[in-house]
Amino acid sequence: MEWETVIGLEVHVSLSTKSKLFSGTASEFGADPNTQANIFDLAMPGTLPVFNEEALRMAVKFGLAIDAEIGKRSVFDRKNYFYPDLPKGYQVTQLDFPTVGKGSLTINLEDGSERVIGVTRAHIEENAGKSLHEDFHGMSGIDLNRAGEPLLEIVSEPEIRNAKEAVAYLKKLHSIVRYLDISDAIMAQGSMRCDVNVSIRPKGETELGTRTEIKNINSFRFVEKAINSEVQRQQDVIEDGGRVVQETRRYDADRDETFSMRSKEFANDYRYFPEPDLLPVEIDDDYIDAVRATLPELPDARKTRFAADYGLSEYDAGVLTATREMAEYFESVAKDSGDAKLTANWVMGDLQALLNKNDWTIDQSPIQADRLATLIARIKDNTISGKIAKTVFETMIEDSAGVDEIIEKQGLKQVTDSGAIEKLVDEVIANNPDQVQQFKDGKEQVLGYLVGQAMKLSQGKANPGQVNQLLREKMQ
Amino acid sequence: MIEKTAAELASALNNGEISSVELTQAYLDRISAHNEQLNAFITVCEESALNQAKAADEKRANGDSTPLLGVPMAHKDIFCTEGVTTSCGSRMLHNFIAPYNATVVENFNAAGAVMLGKTNMDEFAMGSSNETSFFGPVRNPWDLERVPGGSSGGSAAAIAADLCGMATGTDTGGSIRQPAAFCGITGFKPSYGRVSRWGMIAFASSLDQAGPICKSAEDAALMTNVMAGLDIKDSTSADIATEDYTAQLGQSLEGIKIGIPKQHFAEGLSTGVEQSIRDALAEYEKLGATLKEIDLPNNHLSVSAYYVVAPAEASANLSRYDGVRYGYRCENPVDLEDMYKRTRSEGFGDEVKRRIMVGTYALSAGFYDAYYRKAQKIRRLIKNDFDAAFKDVDVVIGPTSPHTAFKLGAKTDPVAMYLEDIYTIAVNLAGLPGISIPAGMSDGLPIGMHIVGNDFAESRVLNVAHQFQLATDWHKQKPDLSGAGS
Repeated sequence: MEWETVIGLEVHVSLSTKSKLFSGTASEFGADPNTQANIFDLAMPGTLPVFNEEALRMAVKFGLAIDAEIGKRSVFDRKNYFYPDLPKGYQVTQLDFPTVGKGSLTINLEDGSERVIGVTRAHIEENAGKSLHEDFHGMSGIDLNRAGEPLLEIVSEPEIRNAKEAVAYLKKLHSIVRYLDISDAIMAQGSMRCDVNVSIRPKGETELGTRTEIKNINSFRFVEKAINSEVQRQQDVIEDGGRVVQETRRYDADRDETFSMRSKEFANDYRYFPEPDLLPVEIDDDYIDAVRATLPELPDARKTRFAADYGLSEYDAGVLTATREMAEYFESVAKDSGDAKLTANWVMGDLQALLNKNDWTIDQSPIQADRLATLIARIKDNTISGKIAKTVFETMIEDSAGVDEIIEKQGLKQVTDSGAIEKLVDEVIANNPDQVQQFKDGKEQVLGYLVGQAMKLSQGKANPGQVNQLLREKMQ
Repeated sequence: MIEKTAAELASALNNGEISSVELTQAYLDRISAHNEQLNAFITVCEESALNQAKAADEKRANGDSTPLLGVPMAHKDIFCTEGVTTSCGSRMLHNFIAPYNATVVENFNAAGAVMLGKTNMDEFAMGSSNETSFFGPVRNPWDLERVPGGSSGGSAAAIAADLCGMATGTDTGGSIRQPAAFCGITGFKPSYGRVSRWGMIAFASSLDQAGPICKSAEDAALMTNVMAGLDIKDSTSADIATEDYTAQLGQSLEGIKIGIPKQHFAEGLSTGVEQSIRDALAEYEKLGATLKEIDLPNNHLSVSAYYVVAPAEASANLSRYDGVRYGYRCENPVDLEDMYKRTRSEGFGDEVKRRIMVGTYALSAGFYDAYYRKAQKIRRLIKNDFDAAFKDVDVVIGPTSPHTAFKLGAKTDPVAMYLEDIYTIAVNLAGLPGISIPAGMSDGLPIGMHIVGNDFAESRVLNVAHQFQLATDWHKQKPDLSGAGS
């Protein structure tokens, strides 16, 4: 039987507000345990929440970026459950009246095609703390630094059809929230987390199959692998005459398998009710318009502009706008160097290879935009050849000096002085009488060899065009 | 001196008749003489009280004449007081020393009031007799065999017995007004949102409101001046300008219209209470007021709606008491679930557990619409009833409680206890200001009269109460404690 996969994603991103959602505590990543928790975060008796409006502004910004309906009246609710890292015994979230309603985003697939995926909603909620089960001699440690941090939970429609689409959706979401500057969205640090709902059904069937939820996957790659493994598992279960159980599962990357965590059939009753300590949050069109005015150029718009303004292919424009940092880097280099095509080649070629090799982000690149721009400008003005530029590039990784200084210091400047080139050409002709004769006999290809010899003699610095021309003249 | 109202004490302090240190010492002596019988205080802060009194005297010597400067007071043990045990009447918090001050406490500190200590209360403010306190029941100074009412029974008894000059209370369904009635004193619940809830341990967030427990309506106005105001730490505190609540106290009641809810003079009201309230209403007519019977058709639903909404909110508000971070934790838990179960079973008393269970049930999947949502609808109907009434009348007056203080242990049925608040609960559901003032005696026990105003009509309610107190002496009646204590 042919199966169809149905995937819905619930993505949590930590909003990068200066302070927590309902208290004035800072929320930096990596601080010592419990150093970022005040009396409210500890749920001391008598403390009350005060809503951080910055989180609202960020959520609205996201909503506008995905063309979503914006809730003019959002209501916070309490979601009740006991856990030691949930100090109040309830999580404040938005159940019936989220800040962001229905929207959509366009995902870009590897074959160059696009698909629109619906977003059901995005609501603001608070994070829980962290339970630490090691190093406490049979007890558990609780770190409340993270407790109360603002999260935006973005829920997709069950419209994603395979693991690759899921990853493309995540990448687009990642790109958008980073363009909007509302979250670091670093999966490895937990500032972007993903729960995946997966079900399968016979192709053509319209009813949804029973779904399982894979919790807390922390990299794009594992999302892809977890989905593929879970889809296979569900197929095996059904084809063996079994039945998929609605439950929460965990993905074990080492074994590339999902494991049952708990059955949803005995799920918690969260007893939601409106949070009486907070008033509903009401916003008007003026507020929404003011937020709209702060929206930056978003990835899709920038891609179109790059393709048009810089004459890039769709593919290149897509790669170069995938992250805001990369797009800004490219654009800065292209403008300063005056050659967008050459810039695209360098950024997507040597620079990307360097970043990949060292697992660096563009911000960590030892070759800053202004230096790459100068390097490309020196190719353009014939100070160095493209080949020498690669040598300079290698040097720039270790040496933070200016491009011109490196070229000067290492004597890499292209030799264009005709006297010097003539000397080189004479030497090559003298040293290679056989090849010279062959050329004179009409064997054109030999010229390439002779140019190569001259370049070698000059340690690559001679202007190859000039060498070529002079050799021809002298051998006639 | 200790029997004086806060206003009188303030003028005695200003006139140099007595110093705050002397006054504070007099109250501390009175507390040590009578607290053992009354059990009104859970904690007495002798040293810090005398230090505050000394500071107040110094300020006054330097020309400061802030109205309540140096007046000794007590805070209900529901208000967080930095460095002082804040138990909320519960074993769960019997060892909890608050790391910060409630806004109400801060405001009284800033006004220069002296805190004598923390008063006893029903556990987590859940009760109408003060019998649910982990620290034992409070006795009514009028009759030690009787309850003082609740949940602010400690504050009410302390005022009635002159153990302090003024006190704070909180009122979720009648917890200021009913004990004020039983103890023959003045207790005022302002409009919801008028006083910050920051630092006031939550029972039912949408109903809880702090207010004064004191010896006169004038004192209530002076205390409201200190307590009221917008607080950015409490998102539900009202962004409505405060007033000088003493400013209207001199106004005549000529032409004022008083609404008499027929539902408050129906079955269940004791004849002694009814007679006193009717007499008090006749007094108001003499003062120039006109009386008009009004209808509060949904009043009979108020207790039912309240016992869904309040426990529902409480069930979540009390989830934080889990033994993880502060307060009581059971001995030697074997695992997490054992810790939760035993900590909460041992740390909470029966009434608190009963309400957590009721509230949890009301919010459960499948029951939410039938209980919580319906109760919220009733709440709206009750508010509509009052809105309609206040189109015709300026205040609504009736009895605070159907009867006078009952005997300790007399009410064992929880529902009978819940019906104690039948006249007061609707006012919390509607968020209105209400005051209880003494209006008579029956068999040696005080009777409370309940005056309710429209939203944020604090000044009017206080003046209607004040005019009655100018014309009568019921608020000056004192219990005889000569036989009690040492």
